[in-house]
Amino acid sequence: MWRSTTPAARGGAGPHDGPLLAVDDLHVEFVTRQGVVKAVNGVSYWLNPGETLAVLGESGSGKSVTAQAIMGILDTPPARVSGGRIRFRGTDLLKLREDARSQIRGRRIAMIFQDALSALNPVFTVGAQIGEMFRVHLGDSRREAHRKAIELMDRVRIPGARQRVHDYPHQFSGGMRQRVMIAMAIALDPEVLIADEPTTALDVTVQAQIMELLAELRRESDMGLILITHDLGVVADVADRIAVMYGGRIVENALVHDVYRAPAHPYTKGLLESIPRVDRKGRQLSAIEGTPPNPLDMPPGCAFTPRCSYRQDNCVADVPPLHRIGPTRGSACHYWREVLDGSHG
Amino acid sequence: MGDSPAPATGHARHARRPSRFRSSGSSRGSGRRGRAQEIRPASLWSDAWQDLRGRPLFVGAAFIIIVFLAMSAFPRLFTSVNPFDAATCQLSDARQGVSGLHWFGTDNLGCDVYARVVYGARNSVVIGVTTTVATALFGGLLGLVAGFTGGAVDTLFSRITEIFFAIPSVLGALLILSVFRTGNVWTVVLALAVLAWPMTFRIARAAVITAKSQDYVLAAVGLGASAPRIMFRHILPNAVAPVIVVATINLGTFVAAEAGLSFLGVGLNSPDISWGLMIADARRRFLEAPGPLLFPALFLSLTVLAFIMLGDAVRDALDPKLR
Amino acid sequence: MGRYITRRLIQAIPVLLGATLLIYAVVFALPGDPIEALAGDKRIDPHIVDVLRERYHLNDPFLVQYWHYLTGLFRGDFGVTFAGVPVGEVMAGKFQVTVNLAMTALVIEAVIGIGLGLYAALRHGRAQDTLILASTLVLISIPTLVTGFVLQLLLGVRLKQAGLDLFPVAGVTGDLRGYLLPGFVLAGTSIAYLARLTRASLAETLRADYVRTAIAKGLPRRRVVGRHALRNALIPLVTYLGADLGTLMGGAVITETIFNLPGMGQQLFTSVYLREQPVVVGTVTFLVLVYILANLVVDLLYAVLDPRIRYG
Repeated sequence: MWRSTTPAARGGAGPHDGPLLAVDDLHVEFVTRQGVVKAVNGVSYWLNPGETLAVLGESGSGKSVTAQAIMGILDTPPARVSGGRIRFRGTDLLKLREDARSQIRGRRIAMIFQDALSALNPVFTVGAQIGEMFRVHLGDSRREAHRKAIELMDRVRIPGARQRVHDYPHQFSGGMRQRVMIAMAIALDPEVLIADEPTTALDVTVQAQIMELLAELRRESDMGLILITHDLGVVADVADRIAVMYGGRIVENALVHDVYRAPAHPYTKGLLESIPRVDRKGRQLSAIEGTPPNPLDMPPGCAFTPRCSYRQDNCVADVPPLHRIGPTRGSACHYWREVLDGSHG
Repeated sequence: MGDSPAPATGHARHARRPSRFRSSGSSRGSGRRGRAQEIRPASLWSDAWQDLRGRPLFVGAAFIIIVFLAMSAFPRLFTSVNPFDAATCQLSDARQGVSGLHWFGTDNLGCDVYARVVYGARNSVVIGVTTTVATALFGGLLGLVAGFTGGAVDTLFSRITEIFFAIPSVLGALLILSVFRTGNVWTVVLALAVLAWPMTFRIARAAVITAKSQDYVLAAVGLGASAPRIMFRHILPNAVAPVIVVATINLGTFVAAEAGLSFLGVGLNSPDISWGLMIADARRRFLEAPGPLLFPALFLSLTVLAFIMLGDAVRDALDPKLR
Repeated sequence: MGRYITRRLIQAIPVLLGATLLIYAVVFALPGDPIEALAGDKRIDPHIVDVLRERYHLNDPFLVQYWHYLTGLFRGDFGVTFAGVPVGEVMAGKFQVTVNLAMTALVIEAVIGIGLGLYAALRHGRAQDTLILASTLVLISIPTLVTGFVLQLLLGVRLKQAGLDLFPVAGVTGDLRGYLLPGFVLAGTSIAYLARLTRASLAETLRADYVRTAIAKGLPRRRVVGRHALRNALIPLVTYLGADLGTLMGGAVITETIFNLPGMGQQLFTSVYLREQPVVVGTVTFLVLVYILANLVVDLLYAVLDPRIRYG
């Protein structure tokens, strides 16, 4: 049966010596009345099986748009993928037809969203919404889907799953709702899970529990996790690597502990200096001055220039490429050496 | 300095929020958005006016309305025939078709349909405008009081409006008008206004309650502004916009209602001239001579259309207040 | 759920009382004497007049008369006409006509209105959408009075002349076919409003986060639109349709007059003319009841459709 989920069949998307998922020079723009807004400008990152990649950036940095492009759920129009490749096990998703793509969407690449209350359908029970994955993708019977929904709710540790499966989203607390969302996403054991700010809408204590659940689910399988966040604080314990985005570009790309030890981009450095850290007690916290760039009116050259304390004249003229500064590390700053040296001091 | 700048910035911010519900077309002025980048102290109304001028729907509606207003004020500008003068009707000319002499033909009594349609505009406009103003003032004021005071007053007024909503409007008006031996413009206005004010009440009340919980109003309260100041300075301006929009749309409905009631024989009566009466008079011979019925019907529909379009356009321009 | 229904029913009582009181007061103020109207041009024995006045409580003060009426109403008794016929009997046949007309209109409204609205929403921003928006605007603007006569001429008479007798022009025929054209005329404005409401509602839900989730789940578009978006979009439409039933029945009088249908509107008309107070009050009271019940049903449907209300 072509719907088989055995590992052999799942690998069938093509030969894949490389990473599980690779975004390569992706460009996304939005066509608006005011003109074309370039939301994503040549973003590249990759994800290996069993790995957690944190994509870090402010709102408007293009991190969520990139994720939506991977899922194929951009609003088109106004959005448009204007260039690049998204390779999933070697196959370029952007070249697939819609029906082939919807075979991957939700089933092999799944996504959870920030606000679970609005992301869950208010008029269906959570059981129906979780079970829908089995009914639509696997053709399971209603009874079978119901049983599996309860199992999943147990797995994401929703207490009293057997009763709560009949409840509606608004009857759950924020944290439990996000667990429902997660249960739905992992229903078919996806190879990639994208979590778009999964804890932003939650209380701090609940945030930690959800992050712990995600980390645990990731450990249980070979699933790759892309964790999109604006909060550097949540990244440290969970992620293996970090991709920092600013103004629609990747500005730094590194292993987590490398970044924490010594950032190689002024923006990352600024972010690190703005959060309290146990290992840097007694230091003054500082905020990054200025405001994020207006996507309608991007500064020329490096988008971070107006807020950068390392800026030189050429920053306005040349967009810095992502310099390869280590085996798994890149920085899109002309003066990455100075930043790196300054960080060690 | 106090709290005075608060409502202005409130308006400016809200005025730029894109609409979620677009009831008509996609003609939203693009120029306005472009300017939205610069920060300028614009009021809601001047902002809306800028927006309105660029909407073809608004310009069209305004043009039709101005023509009808002129027609009702100065019918002689449009026709030299005075339909109130019995001598202008010749029974021998009855039910003539469209011609150079009689642009819209003649009716059963040989009267010029065009002249009667022109003179009929006045009653429609007077009834529409008076009823609208009456309901907007009465319902709006009560709604303002109910929404602002809340509590028992609000409950009492709201229950009363529920009673009025439960009474079917055409039959209710028919009943009220039957109390008077002969109908005229003012009895029609009375009947329509009595049944229509609860609608304005509801809109005004809802707007006031929404405005009351806005942060800047709470801030004004916190700063110790007096109750009248809060009501007139902060809440009233927010309640006025939706009331005006609904009133504009209703104006057309009132014009149509007058025609319906006159058609049923409880509205205006001969020798008054009204589009509804003309339709009623023409109906007996309608199948053989549709002209005397269709022309007033056309004018009636155009008037209703113009006011609905106007209300629609104004709503879109003032959009932040409505959803 | 039971508590909810009880609460709604209790809330309806003051509305019913207030509305009947208002109607009774207006009817009380109607000019002319019903007994004289009954007698017409004939001279009538003053003694008989007195007996009749006594029997119908016509000499009592207004509030006493109202009380008599109200107590009768709660026993299901709408009173007796001056000719001695129970009002309920007089009204029954007329109600049937108006109910048939209003239900036909409601079905036509729901089918065409929702259909057009869905089509427009799915073609959002394209030519078909604009065309539907423009034509509904025009349809809203044309009063029933005008649509009635124009359609009577075009579909009734001209089609018949062309040999296609599809729509009877006037009066009651044996089957429901006679209600098609009047039903469409009565539904006209509502069709347009409903189409616009449907379009706005579906367009809104199509932009909702949960629809994005449904797409991200890899569901086929048919399921995303037909289940996730539509199910939510339906909620305001049901409210509108329910509330509109009362409006259609109450507004049927003009349509009934145009198409010469002997319904409640016509009945009311005649009764006002004959000063048949019990029939007038009974007719309007009945419509108020219909309005209240329709709204109650809407509230219940709302709770069925939206679990946030049901368990709120």
